[in-house]
Amino acid sequence: MFLFIAIPLVTVFVQSFYVTQTVYNTVSVETCTPSFPTSICTTSEKSVPVMDKDNNPVTKTVYVGLDTYKSVLETGKVAKLISSGHFFDIFSNIDFYKALSFTLLFTLITLPLVLGVGLLIALAVNNVSKRMKGPVIFVSLLPFIITPIIGALSIKWLFVSNGLLTRVLEKITGHEISVFANSWSIELLMVFYRVWHVAPFAFVLFYAGLQSVNKDTLESAIIDGASRFERIRYVVIPHLMPLIYFVTLIHLMDTYRVFEEIIGFASQAHVISLQWLTYNFLEPDDTGNRAISSASASSMLTMVGIIILLAPVLKRTLRDQKKG
Amino acid sequence: MEDDTPKALRQTSLLKIGSYGFLALWALIAAFPLVWIFVMSFKLPIDAFAQNPLDVIFGPHTAQKDSAFSIIDILLGGVFAYYAYQIPVRFYRTTLDYFVPVQNKNMGAFALGLSYIFILVGFAFYVLPAISHVLNGIFHSISALSLLAKPLIGYTLQHYYAVWVENQFYIQFKNSLVITFGVVTISLTVGTLAAYALSRTASNLAIWLLIIALVFRALPHSVLVTGYLPFFINSKEILGPLWSMPVIGWFLSLFSQTPPTLYGQPLAVIAVLVAINQPFTIWMLRSFFMNVPKELDEAARVDGCTHFQAFRKVILPVMWPGLITTGLFSFLLAYNDYLVTSLLLDNQNQTMVPAISAYFNRETTATDQVNAIAAAASITAPLFILVVFFQKQIVSGLTAGAVKG
Repeated sequence: MFLFIAIPLVTVFVQSFYVTQTVYNTVSVETCTPSFPTSICTTSEKSVPVMDKDNNPVTKTVYVGLDTYKSVLETGKVAKLISSGHFFDIFSNIDFYKALSFTLLFTLITLPLVLGVGLLIALAVNNVSKRMKGPVIFVSLLPFIITPIIGALSIKWLFVSNGLLTRVLEKITGHEISVFANSWSIELLMVFYRVWHVAPFAFVLFYAGLQSVNKDTLESAIIDGASRFERIRYVVIPHLMPLIYFVTLIHLMDTYRVFEEIIGFASQAHVISLQWLTYNFLEPDDTGNRAISSASASSMLTMVGIIILLAPVLKRTLRDQKKG
Repeated sequence: MEDDTPKALRQTSLLKIGSYGFLALWALIAAFPLVWIFVMSFKLPIDAFAQNPLDVIFGPHTAQKDSAFSIIDILLGGVFAYYAYQIPVRFYRTTLDYFVPVQNKNMGAFALGLSYIFILVGFAFYVLPAISHVLNGIFHSISALSLLAKPLIGYTLQHYYAVWVENQFYIQFKNSLVITFGVVTISLTVGTLAAYALSRTASNLAIWLLIIALVFRALPHSVLVTGYLPFFINSKEILGPLWSMPVIGWFLSLFSQTPPTLYGQPLAVIAVLVAINQPFTIWMLRSFFMNVPKELDEAARVDGCTHFQAFRKVILPVMWPGLITTGLFSFLLAYNDYLVTSLLLDNQNQTMVPAISAYFNRETTATDQVNAIAAAASITAPLFILVVFFQKQIVSGLTAGAVKG
């Protein structure tokens, strides 16, 4: 585990301080045009890549310190925007902050929704007869187990311009609707997709937890005059607390790396996430170069983010494990 | 069913109806997008994107231009499916005893299952169409019943044909198989050993290892890929010195004359996916191992087993459910992955999920769109079968992490 995870992490860390470039030489070229009486000659400076003996461009790796981080964070642009008073433009104009704010907001908005929907399904299944349990779990597992990209696509195809639900919505509202032209509607759809995809996981866990709720406590709560809602609030939810905490942990980890939605909905023009940013640096650009250094820097920043987000949760896990 | 819940705990009928209603709504939302792409993948584009949803389901144009099922065909299919399910349930035991009287029943059961599937496939593709042809002909000639033989639900296989045969999707299918098989076997082997060790110690080091595993579990996958990618691209130069070393170089040159370029190699991707998967595997397997009592090891040791024998002969057999569950989740990770495979594999070795982006990127015509839908449905089918057969294991895997984690 350490060999295969820790060493790459160290390389990422090191890479983020270096930039590999093709070495260019400045050559002065004299071009002469034939004319009379003397040819007119102009000398111009050109930079040409240096070739080695196999005719491959020579590259050299330079230590650039924090320069790559600065270019990813675009500190200059940030300072300019702040000084000109357009503070909030940072989150809509600069890729990194745009991705950061979307990733964090997305994580925090979907969390309560996933917990709520999961709990509701679990309570509902618990309320109806046992025979319903199997089919409901079967149907619920489908969106959970599906390839994320395919799940996102299957929802996208309902909402494309000639898709089923777009037509239904157009009929109801009477307007022409294009869901994939606005960032807010894409974000809404992404939240829907995420809840659809993860709520089954919360449901299965909560349902398992509900089976071990103490019946006697519930009965005594009734004798004390607790209403149905109060019983859920003061008996069931405290009982499920460890599970809620567990789902939160897993959800934070998984949603922080939101990525597949961006590809599936093809939303990079409107909405991007941190992991997509790194992916985009790693993809070869038009000239076939991959921005490894920038990718490393954005990876490091992403990593710092998840560690800060998880620190309180990790602390608690450590304490629990030490207790045994 | 007798109701033995105390009266005070019984529910009002309103609550009951509300619960059923909510569940029905959830089931609809959960299944609808997937069912819909499945339906669309069998229709010609004009039906697949029709104005009226009923046209999408029944596909009148598809029925006209291609093939269609009549009511008789649907009934026939239903009867066939019912008996295909009932026969193994009723006669499995007796048949197995008849054909495989020896002790080792596992291989026999496997062979029997395989031959049953062959018989079913043969029946479905050759006998059923013949019967349906005859029946439809008979009913068609009787004027009162001819409605039953009228084409009702149109379907076409042309998109699946385009995806699998013309665009050679089977190559990607094979690549996916290689990658998932590699990831599952290596993850399980390494994971079992590590998790067993971690579950049997209470030292501080073990706890720290687990916490670090949890942090690694949280890492975005792109971080790891960033670490691996430059190494894979330049591996020929980086590994060069190893090949020119005296003893190691000779040993390595037995496998390949020159150092390999790891970029685009399935093996390299398997290594990365195993690295991503390992923390999760260790956590899950550990929670399964924690449920195996320590006394079992001790009893085996008292009976004269070595450590390794105790692990192999006593612990592993009771761990099968846990291994299957963890294997399932490893399979899902490898099968569903987009990020790692799309960055680290070249076009010839591409797996199914990234390959689908080739379809939806050039979604220009309606036919392309339906082809993409057919490809998506093809990728989903194995997962659907997985849920059918392994529902219990998946649920137990989901809850396993939470119990002790």
